[in-house]
Amino acid sequence: MNDSATNETQAGTDAAGDEKVKLLSRGVKVFYGDKQALFDVDLDINENEVTALIGPSGCGKSTYLRSLNRMNDTIDICRVEGDIILDGDNIYDKAVDVVHLRARVGMVFQKPNPFPKSIYDNVAYGPRIHGIATGKEELDGIVQTALEKAGLWTEVKDRLDAPGTGLSGGQQQRLCIARAVAVSPEVILMDEPCSALDPIATAKIEELIDELRENFTIVIVTHSMQQAARVSQKTAFFHLGYLVEVDETEKMFTNPSDERTQGYITGRFG
Amino acid sequence: MTDATTMNAVSGSGLRKSHSGDIVKASLKRRYAAEKRFRAYGIAAILFALSMLAILFSTIIGKAVPALTQTMIQLEITLYPQDIDPDGTRDPDVLSTANYRKLIRQAMFDLFPDVTSRRDKRQLYDMISPGAVFTIRDQVLKDPSLIGQRMTFQMPMSDDIDQLNKGAIRADLPESERRVNDKQIAWFKRLESRGIVETVFNTTFFTAGDSREPELAGIWGAAVGSFFTMMVTLLIAFPIGVLSAVYLEEFAPVNRWTQAIEVNINNLAAVPSIVFGLLGLAVFINFFGMPRSAPVVGGLVLALMTLPTIIIAARSALKSVPPSIREAAFGLGASHLQVITHHVLPLAMPGILTGTIIGMAQALGETAPLLMIGMVAFIVDIPGGPLDPSTVLPVQIFIWADSPERAFVERTSAAICVLLSFLVIMNVGAVLLRKRFERKW
Ligand SMILES: Nc1ncnc2c1ncn2[C@@H]1O[C@H](COP(=O)(O)OP(=O)(O)OP(=O)(O)O)[C@@H](O)[C@H]1O
Ligand SMILES: [Mg+2]
Repeated sequence: MNDSATNETQAGTDAAGDEKVKLLSRGVKVFYGDKQALFDVDLDINENEVTALIGPSGCGKSTYLRSLNRMNDTIDICRVEGDIILDGDNIYDKAVDVVHLRARVGMVFQKPNPFPKSIYDNVAYGPRIHGIATGKEELDGIVQTALEKAGLWTEVKDRLDAPGTGLSGGQQQRLCIARAVAVSPEVILMDEPCSALDPIATAKIEELIDELRENFTIVIVTHSMQQAARVSQKTAFFHLGYLVEVDETEKMFTNPSDERTQGYITGRFG
Repeated sequence: MTDATTMNAVSGSGLRKSHSGDIVKASLKRRYAAEKRFRAYGIAAILFALSMLAILFSTIIGKAVPALTQTMIQLEITLYPQDIDPDGTRDPDVLSTANYRKLIRQAMFDLFPDVTSRRDKRQLYDMISPGAVFTIRDQVLKDPSLIGQRMTFQMPMSDDIDQLNKGAIRADLPESERRVNDKQIAWFKRLESRGIVETVFNTTFFTAGDSREPELAGIWGAAVGSFFTMMVTLLIAFPIGVLSAVYLEEFAPVNRWTQAIEVNINNLAAVPSIVFGLLGLAVFINFFGMPRSAPVVGGLVLALMTLPTIIIAARSALKSVPPSIREAAFGLGASHLQVITHHVLPLAMPGILTGTIIGMAQALGETAPLLMIGMVAFIVDIPGGPLDPSTVLPVQIFIWADSPERAFVERTSAAICVLLSFLVIMNVGAVLLRKRFERKW
C-alpha cells in the first residue's frame, strides 16, 4: 500500500537520495468518538515539494491534514494514534507544544477566513503573537514580504488599513496565505484552498503554490484532479479512511497501480 | 430517476387539459390575498401595541407634569434675636435648634389679624409646609448676620394647598369631601390676591430624599440608591457572568456535571425574583451580617438575579462567533487564551453587552427582592455610598403609590418617568456601546 519510502523514523532521505522527508506518518489512526476516520496511514511528505491529497468526499483527507498540525486537538471527541514525525520529532509527543508546532506547520482553510481586522493586522497577527518582529519596521517588512510572496502586495499596498474582509474571495484567500506565510512556517497545509474561487483566482493561487514550494513544504487537499496534476509532485489517494496509494503525481495520473485509484481518477466514482 | 418518470407519466396520461401555468395563475390570487391578510394582521398587532404604549406614556406623563411645580408663599418674616439666639452666641447648635416655627406663625397671624381662635390659628398655620422652617434655618445658618432683620422668604405651602392651587382639590365639592376647608380656601384666596403666592419649578423633587410631606419629598435619594445598587450589580454580575460563560463555552468538558450546571443556570433564570430577596436576607444579612437596606446587599441580590441572564446571553454570543475565525487563529499558533481574548471575546462583545444591559434594565426595575432586604425603609438622607441605608427608584414608586396623600399621586407618576428615562438612557448607552464594538467588517 505504501510507496518505497524508507522505514527510518529519523528524517532521512528516500531511495532517490535527493529528497529529504519533512513529515513522516506511521500507522496514523484518527477516531471521532467511537468512529474511526483514518486507518493506519503511512505517508512521507518531502521537503520543498507539493503533496496533493485526493479522494472522494468523507474519505478523511481533511482529517489527515488536520492531524499534521494538531488542529484536531480543538475537537473534543477527536483522538489520534500513531506517529507523525516532523524533522525527527514526534509532534504528538508530550514535550511538543502545539503553539510552537503550529508556528512551524501553518494552515490555509477551505473558506477564506480573514480576521475582521485590517489587512495589515491580519498578516501581522502571527508574527505579533509569536514575537517574531522586534520593532515596527521589522514587522512592516515581514508583512510586505508575506504579501509579496502571496502575490497580493501590489493590489493592497495602498490600503493596508482597509478591512481584510472587504477583499474579494480570491484576494481574501491570498491574504490568508500571506497570513500563514508571515509566521515563516516550514510546512503549509492547505485544505481545498481554491474550492470557493473562480478559475482565474484559482490559477493565481496555483501559480503561487508553485512559487511557495521553493521555501516551504506544502500539503494540499483538492477535489480537482487537474489541480493535483498541475501543482503537485506527489499525490496520495485516500479512500474510506485508508491511504490507498501514493506516488509521483505523473505516475499516479498516467499509470496508477490500484484499480480504485484508477476508478477515481477516471471519474467512475467520487 | 424512476420516481420522476412515473410521475411524469401519470400527469401526462391523466388530467392535462390546461397547462400547469394556468393552475398556478389561478392560485396566485389566493396566495396574494393570504399574504395581504397576513400583513394586515401584523400591522394591526403593531398598531395595537403602539397605541397601548402611547396610552401608557400619555397617562403617566400627563399625571407627572403637575409634580414639576410647587406652590410657594413669599412671606415677610422678622428674625427676632430673642427667638433665635437670645444669648447672642451665634452658636450653630443654638441656631439650628431655634424655634423658627414661632416666627412663621407670627408672620401668618400678622397677615390675618382677624384669625383669633386657637383652632383657626392652627389651620392657618397648617397651610404652610412643615418644611418651611428649614428654609429659614438654612439661610440663618449660612448667614447669621441676618438675625434681627426683616426679610422675605420663599417657602413651600402644604401639599393640600398645593393641590388646591393646581386644581386637584376642587373647591366646589362639599366641605366634608375635601381636605381643605372653606376657611382655608378663603385665606388662600386672600393670599393670592395679595400676590404673595406663586407657582415655581419643583427643584425639591429632583434634589431631596424621601419625606412624609409630599412637598418636601424628592426622588434624588432613590436615584442615588439605584445608582449605587446598579454599580454593585454590574461590578459583580458582569465579570462573573462573562468569566462563567467563557469557561463553560470554551474550556469546560462536556459531561454530566457541566450539563447539570447548564440546566441549573437556565432554571435560575426562571426563579421568581422574590426568592432571591429571601436568599439575600438569609445569606447576606443574617449570615454575613451585612447592613440592612444597603445598596451593597441590594446589588448583590440583583447580581445573583442578573447572572443567569448575562451568562446565557454571553454564551450564545460566544457560540455565534464563526468557528472559522477560531480555526484561523489556532492555525497560526495562537494559544487558547489568545484566541479567546484577541478574537472570540471582541466579536462576542456586542451580544454580551446587549445581554448585560437587558439584565441590568430588569434589575433596575426590580422591586420585590429589595423589599425582602429592607430597602423599603423610609430613608430621608441621600446615601453617600453603597453601605448607607437607601432605597431605589422602583421601591420609591411603590412607597409613594402606597401613600394616602393626594400629592403623592403625581409624584409617583413623576418617579415612574424618572425610572423610565433611566432605562432609556441605559438602552441608548447599550446601542452606542454596541456600535463602538461592532465594526462593520
Ligand atoms: N468533527 C467531526 N466529528 C465527527 N466526525 C467527523 C468530524 N469531522 C469529520 N468527521 C468524519 O470523519 C470522516 C472523514 O472526514 P473528513 O472531513 O476528513 O473528510 P474529507 O475527505 O475531508 O471530505 P471532503 O472532501 O468532503 O472535505 C467523515 O466520515 C466525517 O463524517
Ligand atoms: Mg475536507
